[in-house]
Amino acid sequence: MAEEIEIRSIRNIVAAVKDTYNFDFGNYATTSFKRRIERAISVFNCKNVDELITKIKADKNFFDSFLKEITVNTTEMFRDPSFWRKLREDVLPIIGSHQNIRIWHAACSSGEEVYSMAILLKEMDLLGRAQITATDINQDVIAAAKKGAYPLRNMELNQSNYERFEGKGKLSDYFSETEGMAYMDTSLIANVTFKPHDLVLGPGFSKFDLILCRNVLIYFNMVLQDHVVELFSNSLFKNSFLAIGSKETIAWCKSIDKFSTFSIEEKIYQKTKE
Amino acid sequence: MDQVTINNFRAIVIGGSAGSFPVISEILLNLPKGLNIPVILCLHRLKHIRHGFIEALNLKSKYMVCEPEDKEKILPGKVYLAPSNYHLYVELGNTFALSTEEMVKYSRPSIDLTFETASYVYKDKLIGIILSGANSDGADGIKKVKDRGGFTIVQNPSEASIKTMPEAALKTTEIDLVLNTKEIINFLNR
Ligand SMILES: C[S@@+](CC[C@H](N)C(=O)[O-])C[C@H]1O[C@@H](n2cnc3c(N)ncnc32)[C@H](O)[C@@H]1O
Repeated sequence: MAEEIEIRSIRNIVAAVKDTYNFDFGNYATTSFKRRIERAISVFNCKNVDELITKIKADKNFFDSFLKEITVNTTEMFRDPSFWRKLREDVLPIIGSHQNIRIWHAACSSGEEVYSMAILLKEMDLLGRAQITATDINQDVIAAAKKGAYPLRNMELNQSNYERFEGKGKLSDYFSETEGMAYMDTSLIANVTFKPHDLVLGPGFSKFDLILCRNVLIYFNMVLQDHVVELFSNSLFKNSFLAIGSKETIAWCKSIDKFSTFSIEEKIYQKTKE
Repeated sequence: MDQVTINNFRAIVIGGSAGSFPVISEILLNLPKGLNIPVILCLHRLKHIRHGFIEALNLKSKYMVCEPEDKEKILPGKVYLAPSNYHLYVELGNTFALSTEEMVKYSRPSIDLTFETASYVYKDKLIGIILSGANSDGADGIKKVKDRGGFTIVQNPSEASIKTMPEAALKTTEIDLVLNTKEIINFLNR
């Protein structure tokens, strides 16, 4: 197990990162962030926090690797199949009547969620009208998402999720296998714009019919959750949708007044007020 | 040791895996009246079944069992169950926090992580209990509980339907009490 560090040390790391690179981790949830730092110290073979700070400040490349190490990138295709069924049955029929369907995957990680969405849209004959933007703070996962190559051993879980989602075909219709890897059919993401974006300090950049931000708010404290939900609120058209992780809530965020609950079970909110 | 009662503590964490369900049910059915601390359960369960399990637990429990949402306040007299496919952390400021971080010992939720984070917050005011199970999850966690001055209990391996987990816990640290289900219930009620 990694060495235990003090809360004060975490503040020093946060300050160094903020001063040198203008990323602000000050409002990440303490327990998981502390764990990630402890992990980073052991992964990068640092003797202590001071050495970690020195390396971060001195070397941009080191900072990039550090950033990847402290963010949690785990993801699945069709994670929570009932959520994806809900999108198919109740959300997409509403926004699918628009000329363009504008979707933002906020913190898309390595792209599994984006491919899931593209497959769903394709099976509903809506993919042609979809304009999807997928963003993340971590450039490496964005590159992985664009490539769409995943270890075959991960596909077992993805496939069983897809089966429970009750898709039209088989997940394997959408990828080919070579040497232990699954290569997704990248025509699925032909209309997807990938770009780096930081939810903490980054600006809003457009308006959407649906924003997915699942299993990201859990890494933020309530102050930051509030800020990010406000960013989403400002980035949604009236009557459009925000979907968060199945164990997350925006109930105590300031912007809750602007939203009504569309599906309590699947954590889908509709922005009903400007 | 005789005067240790749960009134001296701020929370109870219980970890279990294969074979622990009947034990947990029995414990929940027999929790003391007027329980004024939270009980936090971290149990391995079928990965992608979101429902059913909690209903089954609630059927017998004296107190409502619920799966906490992220940043939910931890309240006394409530029983909390780690949601499937998430790690459950006790966060500073007496709330829960959830995480999808990598599995630990092939487990998410990880008993080690729930125990470690709970002991970080509750220090010597925490009771940790490890029940039946088929892997060694929980062993590092209960060691943390012990190291930070908390009180540790392990289900008697000879009673546990699968003794790997209790035995692993017994190997990592000096456990305060090794008890059968009945004795665990008696302890909680004394
Ligand atoms: C656990 S993944 C979520 C993946 C996917 N949405 C899901 O539910 O399966 C969390 C993602 O949030 C990203 N992230 C963390 N902090 C961020 C920030 N400040 N801005 C944008 N993305 C961030 C991480 O890089 C990571 O890819």
